[in-house]
Amino acid sequence: MEIAPASAQLHPSRWHGMAWRAGLILTALTVALPVLVIGSSLFTPYSATWAHILDTVLVDYLLNSLALMLGVGIGTLLLGVVTAWLCATCEFTGRKFLSWALLLPMALPAYIIAYTYTGMLDFSGPVQSSLRSWFNWGYGDYYFPEIRSLGGAICMLSLVLYPYIYLIARVAFTHQSGAALEAARSLGAGRWRTFFQVALPMARPAIVAGLSLALMETLADYGTVDYFGVSTFTTGIFRTWYGLGELNTAAQLAGFLLLFVFILMAVERASRNRMQFHTTSTRSKIRRAPLHGPSAALATGFCVLIVTLGFLLPALQLLSWASTSWRTALDGQFLHLLWNSLSLALIASLICLLLALFLGYGKRRYPGATQTGAVRIAAMGYAVPGTVIAVGVLIPFGALDNQLDALSQTLFGVSTGLLLSGTLVALIFAYVVRFLSVSLQTVESGLSRIKPSLDEAARSMGSSNERVLRDIHLPLLRGSLLTALLLVFVDVLKELPTTLILRPFNFNTLAVRTFELASDERLADAALPALAIVIIGLLPVILLMRNLDKGAASHA
Amino acid sequence: MKVLYPAVRSAIQTLTYALLLAATAPVIAQELNVYSARQEALIKPLLDEFSAETGITVNLVTGKGDALLTRLQAEGRNSPADILITSDAGRLVRAEQAGVLLAKTSPELEAAVPAHLRSPQHYWYGLSVRARALVYNLANVNPDTLSTYEALAQPQWRGRICVRSSSNIYNQSLVASMLAAQGPAKTAVWLDGLVANFARPPQGGDRDQIKAVAAGLCDVAIVNSYYLGGMITSKNEAERAAASKVGIFWPNQDDRGTHVNISGAGVTAASGQPELAVQLITFLTRDTSQQWYAETNNEFPVRGNVPVSELLATWGTFNADPIDVSELGKLNAQAVMAMDRARWK
Repeated sequence: MEIAPASAQLHPSRWHGMAWRAGLILTALTVALPVLVIGSSLFTPYSATWAHILDTVLVDYLLNSLALMLGVGIGTLLLGVVTAWLCATCEFTGRKFLSWALLLPMALPAYIIAYTYTGMLDFSGPVQSSLRSWFNWGYGDYYFPEIRSLGGAICMLSLVLYPYIYLIARVAFTHQSGAALEAARSLGAGRWRTFFQVALPMARPAIVAGLSLALMETLADYGTVDYFGVSTFTTGIFRTWYGLGELNTAAQLAGFLLLFVFILMAVERASRNRMQFHTTSTRSKIRRAPLHGPSAALATGFCVLIVTLGFLLPALQLLSWASTSWRTALDGQFLHLLWNSLSLALIASLICLLLALFLGYGKRRYPGATQTGAVRIAAMGYAVPGTVIAVGVLIPFGALDNQLDALSQTLFGVSTGLLLSGTLVALIFAYVVRFLSVSLQTVESGLSRIKPSLDEAARSMGSSNERVLRDIHLPLLRGSLLTALLLVFVDVLKELPTTLILRPFNFNTLAVRTFELASDERLADAALPALAIVIIGLLPVILLMRNLDKGAASHA
Repeated sequence: MKVLYPAVRSAIQTLTYALLLAATAPVIAQELNVYSARQEALIKPLLDEFSAETGITVNLVTGKGDALLTRLQAEGRNSPADILITSDAGRLVRAEQAGVLLAKTSPELEAAVPAHLRSPQHYWYGLSVRARALVYNLANVNPDTLSTYEALAQPQWRGRICVRSSSNIYNQSLVASMLAAQGPAKTAVWLDGLVANFARPPQGGDRDQIKAVAAGLCDVAIVNSYYLGGMITSKNEAERAAASKVGIFWPNQDDRGTHVNISGAGVTAASGQPELAVQLITFLTRDTSQQWYAETNNEFPVRGNVPVSELLATWGTFNADPIDVSELGKLNAQAVMAMDRARWK
């Protein structure tokens, strides 16, 4: 009798918790559906083609994919962490400008930067041709690195993917407790030691979040490796599908890729779980240390070099191509393409952000193996090539539509046709599947910096989940949320394969226009829509960057 | 009934007419939906012309052939698509085998498209012909030394040949044509010889191979002829300069002829208006459309008697391999495996 009132009091919150858990799992599973469709191919019969693949090409696929990941991992870490550290904690000439200019390469699709560098650097390009004519060399008389190679692919991908690490790590460094760093310094640790032993470990969740995004994108890349003639897992998937006509075998290859990513992620999480880094105080903001003399010049020079290589040079090449073709490319359709690209990117990035916030917070508040597993599977779409994700969307949507149609025919004698397939709903769903990982990683890395004791304190005073999220987390997460929004926005803007196959009739985007021309090797005509992607990607970058800086300042 | 006043009767009549009109309205505004692996710039102008002539609206989605085929399959009998257009015969064979196409024929189509460039069971029809030719460096190669695809495997070409990846569909169909002509054993030997003669690991697109030949990195490249056409008429000066340094050669003129593939179209099984769809495909094969492919993208017409563009005329006529292109589609997987075994990347 004495227990009754207590349990009656517990009831609503327990229900509440169950609703959160159920909502979490349901949402995660819905988003995970395409990935599960691909993964389920692993449980279907294996065709005789597998023997052929194992005998001939699989080793190549594996070795090249691993080498590519290793190379891009090192490259993006080097570029991303160093630039993030410099911009967050040091003061040098041009820092303000460079800190957003460093994001520019992100707006370039990897295959476009690959085309521009090939145009400049390959044997018949201007650089080598000039060398030959100056020194009167012929083919084979001199050494010049081959741009279309594994090494070239690593460089191209590193140049456009480092901003993931840069952006997420910069937020982490900026919000790091200045007190911890000052304590290290006052204990006699030099700048380097402070960086490696204090700052870097504290920023590890953020860096790893950025790195895993870069690596997943690397695994999913098709355009660059295909053009460079590097046989990776992805080219293998498409070769098996297009060349051999075996979609199921291709899906199985993609399934193994997913398995591999899943294990990688689990290992990383397990190693990270032993360490937890929460900011003890947000009051002591890092004071940027002014750099002088050679070190200041070095910092400026390094950032300028990266912006030049990752953005300026390719953009100039695009401009020079576009200068011969802009009249034909700027037709009446152009504004329409612009509008389509912008609105899709905005809608998809907002949905991704809301879902990431819901899943990220839910997982933090109600941890559990089921929830964690479901969320992780939901976030794996980023490692899968867009076309494969599209197939994972096409199949269940088509089946659902046809079932609904059959049901409506028997019940009402009316055909509903296809309700979802071939609509923008299907396309936006696919974007969410593919890019949720980006916003989730960013939001989770932000959440991990907030001490759980803060939540507990708020809840012990009677605050609801929603209120904790709204009043405590959201203000603290501001930087991470804007980052998540920005990353997905730009990603959708340049997204191609999913758009291509899932779009409704007569619906084009800038990326589709770019790709159609580029795939026909009409680079001059492709240059203008490619430039437009870059420029449109630029505006929100600048806007959000200013906002981020303002936010950081107001938190000081 | 006599009790009905004339006014009421006329009101009922008006209403009936209105209903009838409403019911027939969708038929007046006719629409066709097209899934096309030919990209927008290479098909939309023709579709617009068809709309202008017939008043039939044509809606378009472009994409990769296999992806469009998967979309057709997933959408099943409710698919909105009426027509599937691809840029090679292999995809059409696959669509035919997947059961998403409808066998349709008309006297005009039969007359317009030669038998070896359409489905023997009337599921699809070739729209244009794409030829895989040899491009050679004018300064370094005497065209008299060129003869056949087979001869490119001879040791004299060691380190002198450029060709793109074996993931490219037109390389696959070339090897399929070799399998059909020479059988698997001879094809395997030929592939080994050819791969040994590569000047560099396969990379880039067809235009890149032509540029490599022009720059002297290799002497002969195997490419689709329309890429050379695109470079000759390019707005980019460097491309025009490169194109001026190479010549085009039609291989196998003394035996089966140069390898060709097609871009083609078929009516979908889900189409609610197959007759209209046939009308559009017929339009796409008529003489003026055939000329349009030649002038816009330097592709060849499916029939010999259609006048080609000025540029194509300068390349002279050539004998094309008369093999049934549906055979190429069926041999495609076997060709890919043979290329895997020969380590053609």
